[in-house]
Amino acid sequence: MDFDLPLQEIAMSASAPDSSLLLTPLNALHLELGARMVPFAGYSMPVQYPAGLMAEHHHTRKAAGLFDVSHMGQLRLVGPDAAAAFESLIPVDVIDLPVGKQRYGLLLNDEGGIIDDLMFFNKGNNEIFVIVNGACKVGDIAHIQAQIGSRCQVIPMPEMALLALQGPQAVTALSRLAPGVEKLVFMTGGNFTVDTGAQKIEVFLTRSGYTGEDGFEISVHKDHAEALARALLAQAEVKPIGLGARNSLRLEAGLCLYGNDIDTTTNPVEANLLWAMQKVRRAGGARAGGFPGATKILAALADSTGAAAPKGTKKRVGLIALERIPVRDHTELQDGQGNKIGEVTSGLLGPTIDKPVAMGYVDAAFSALGTQVVAIVRGKPVPMEVSGMPFVPTRYYRG
Amino acid sequence: MAIKYTPDHEWLNVEGDTATVGITHHAQDALGDVVFVDLPEVGKTFAAKDVAGVVESVKAAADVYMPVTGEITEVNEALRADPALANTDPLGAGWFFKVKLSNASELDALMDETSYTAFSVNA
Repeated sequence: MDFDLPLQEIAMSASAPDSSLLLTPLNALHLELGARMVPFAGYSMPVQYPAGLMAEHHHTRKAAGLFDVSHMGQLRLVGPDAAAAFESLIPVDVIDLPVGKQRYGLLLNDEGGIIDDLMFFNKGNNEIFVIVNGACKVGDIAHIQAQIGSRCQVIPMPEMALLALQGPQAVTALSRLAPGVEKLVFMTGGNFTVDTGAQKIEVFLTRSGYTGEDGFEISVHKDHAEALARALLAQAEVKPIGLGARNSLRLEAGLCLYGNDIDTTTNPVEANLLWAMQKVRRAGGARAGGFPGATKILAALADSTGAAAPKGTKKRVGLIALERIPVRDHTELQDGQGNKIGEVTSGLLGPTIDKPVAMGYVDAAFSALGTQVVAIVRGKPVPMEVSGMPFVPTRYYRG
Repeated sequence: MAIKYTPDHEWLNVEGDTATVGITHHAQDALGDVVFVDLPEVGKTFAAKDVAGVVESVKAAADVYMPVTGEITEVNEALRADPALANTDPLGAGWFFKVKLSNASELDALMDETSYTAFSVNA
């Protein structure tokens, strides 16, 4: 056998931990729980616990899973001009986002390529709370500081850990310790006190996540992260979930993984993320344009909604294999005549849908739902069909 | 005859001129939940070290190498239908294929259980 990921894991588990890796505040707890640790975004992170990826995936869909996502970057933008300044970096409506609400955003470069995707929250009092990807956070913070540091304070929050509690029973488990969280709806949040019995822990949380399930993302000071995690794991519904299941859950939910499905070579039009660009920032909107790459993005948007997309335009689509053969990242996609028309960017056997699912980029001419394409897996053709996403219905709580 | 092991984490159980081949407990543990196997065609001949099959978990795919030169005489259809057998019984019901040995002396280069255990701990 020739391993890709596992061989690294074998090497990792046998040798001394790589001392160049950063540790999250929950590292000791992960080891105590028997996690298999792997390098991810510069951190030593749990890829799975002894239950295994499949069991962890199913547990999250039926009960509640606790994820350590402390590798992600948290920062605050503070000042009367913070919202307008942040709007100059993303093609998203920041100014009109009500206090107490969260929204998805995309940092763009001057060519309209995606530097990172992120979540931001209007905390009120001229403060925006932002969560960015772990692997991108150093660059993101430098970029934001350089672009808008003169208009608002850009305050990284390395002292904060981030936990996600996801699944249909997340609200039951969390509201037991933090009454009131059950009143939040999807993409809202606020400050709460978690009473573990032994101590009261102040947290900031939102009702959101990366699994397609109802759930919460909880920002907590690193000194209290382990106590919070232990209190959550003590709830009957909750089990620890590693990055492996996080990836299969997010793919079934149709959510992009930065670095796989979107990067600086893709723009929001190609990535099919137009839902993230509110009308106010599009052509004809009150604050149209005014973000990096706007001319290019708005032109691409006009083309994509016109009679025919320009030849060679690529588009991100969902794909389901018609045979039970997993189709992985970087698999070539062809038309029926053997011409290359695209590539898979994320793919695996979805544990809940119980079919091989993928997302990838295809020539726009092949992007209509139901279009058949051919994935070349180890030299053999595997038929796939362009499918809507999510692959598994999302169960966000909208009240 | 005792079970032999390869540095690529396959095992062989030789009976007469035929060897049953599978992946080791260590290999299945490293891969995690196996969801797919691709098995060779019966009657096909492979050289040692040729890729004879594939085993995939949700998180990773790995090639299965032919440990010795020979012809495939049988594949495990039960494993194809239920790939999780590679996890639950890797050295038993989770076998992959049987191969008729062309050159039994190739077995001499493979590890015994003691050597493989030491190897896999340090791999």
